[in-house]
Amino acid sequence: MNKTVLNEIHRQSGARMVDFGGWDMPVNYGSQIDEHHAVRRDAGMFDVSHMCAVDLAGADAKPFLRRLLANNVDKLRQSGKALYSAMLNDAGGVIDDLIVYYFDDNRFRLVVNAGTAEKDLRWMTACRDDWRLAVSLTPRREGADALAIIAVQGPQARRKVWQTLPECRAACETLTPFRSVAVGDYFIASTGYTGEDGYEIALPAERAAVLWQALNRAGVRPCGLGARDTLRLEAGMNLYGQDMDETVSPLDAGLAWTVDLTAPRDFVGKAALLERPQRHQFLGLLLLDRGVLRAHQAVSTGGGDGEITSGTFSPTMQRSIALARLPLDAAVGDSVHVTIRDKRLPARVVQPCFVRNGTVLV
Amino acid sequence: MSIPSDLKYTTSHEWVRVEADGTVSIGITDHAQELLGDLVFIELPAVDGALVAGQEAAVVESVKAAADVYAPLTGTVAAVNQSVVDAPELVNQDAYAAWLFQMKDTDAADLAALLDAAAYGQIVDAA
Repeated sequence: MNKTVLNEIHRQSGARMVDFGGWDMPVNYGSQIDEHHAVRRDAGMFDVSHMCAVDLAGADAKPFLRRLLANNVDKLRQSGKALYSAMLNDAGGVIDDLIVYYFDDNRFRLVVNAGTAEKDLRWMTACRDDWRLAVSLTPRREGADALAIIAVQGPQARRKVWQTLPECRAACETLTPFRSVAVGDYFIASTGYTGEDGYEIALPAERAAVLWQALNRAGVRPCGLGARDTLRLEAGMNLYGQDMDETVSPLDAGLAWTVDLTAPRDFVGKAALLERPQRHQFLGLLLLDRGVLRAHQAVSTGGGDGEITSGTFSPTMQRSIALARLPLDAAVGDSVHVTIRDKRLPARVVQPCFVRNGTVLV
Repeated sequence: MSIPSDLKYTTSHEWVRVEADGTVSIGITDHAQELLGDLVFIELPAVDGALVAGQEAAVVESVKAAADVYAPLTGTVAAVNQSVVDAPELVNQDAYAAWLFQMKDTDAADLAALLDAAAYGQIVDAA
């Protein structure tokens, strides 16, 4: 089983560990719900060093990404700007979703999911070789140049990071969402997966333990993957492997906003998407009765059946919420039914962003 | 993790306690609540319903998973604990105080056949 450099600290903190895509990761340090609330109300941190940063360098870095990614890196004009994108196969299915950071036209960084990193690298390398482009792909998860990544999230996250890393404050204080800055060995990005403000900090792996403990002393609560999942679901953010995968079109997974079909630029999967337009609505569900929505439960709507792709109990809303793939004519406000075990329970279709910056939106 | 010596247990992580009046209280063990994490929803059987040992009797759901609770004995549902339905976290706080349902008309021989604390402890350690 793979371990991040913080594995021993997690165990010493009493974390309950689970196998997450081949990585031995903390699911919680006691109470997942308390950790969830810490992020919504104060500040929490996640070890996301299992995710893989891949550095791209070379004269063809930009043309490579213009063709590789469904979103358009031409949107990235300012150094440090970040963009969320899907990476598609030729059939228009999602190989992975990722964040791309722009430094200059010859240098980018991708951060890809843990369980898909090796597959992604094989795919990217094959594309690069096939297209005969001059760009190097350097994964930064293992070896001498390995990076650790700590996500610090919550309304007090920035303040507590500044307190812990005063030397970084000036550079990262002014970061608006989806930007990044390098300060010495620290790469600090105002990105995240919780719907709260905060930073994701990449740094040399051997320095991660010191930063983790300093953040902890500053009052940042360690949070496991359990809270990370309820937070991202409340924020209406997709989870790769659950809400979409290689068999699912991004148009059917609520990711149309990240796919640029109008520009003349060609990219892998574009022809398939143009040939096979959207077939499902990807929307949120709010359970009106008691119970817990879960992935794969059936949804009956006036226009046919749908399926929940992610469901949970929302600690912020104190009721169950889900993301669901619904028939094309489903719309926000519709009354539907979800089959939970032997019962049909009423639910309402809502926008999939349930909570943002501590505020319930539905 | 606690396994009180005065209770009986099942391989599916239910605990069983015989009360003074002969009814039998049933809950999930400390080990089970720890594995599940924060509980958020509990569904209990109908009072006066008949249960057969090994049959699904209740459902406990945490943020991360749903788990069936099985009837440890054959008998009739005598009572359900509404307070854990209203506040499932009571089970996380004290799994042996927060009983889920009670049964009557159970068979003493079935009861005697359940695991004691030592045998249940071995199952947990082996897991």
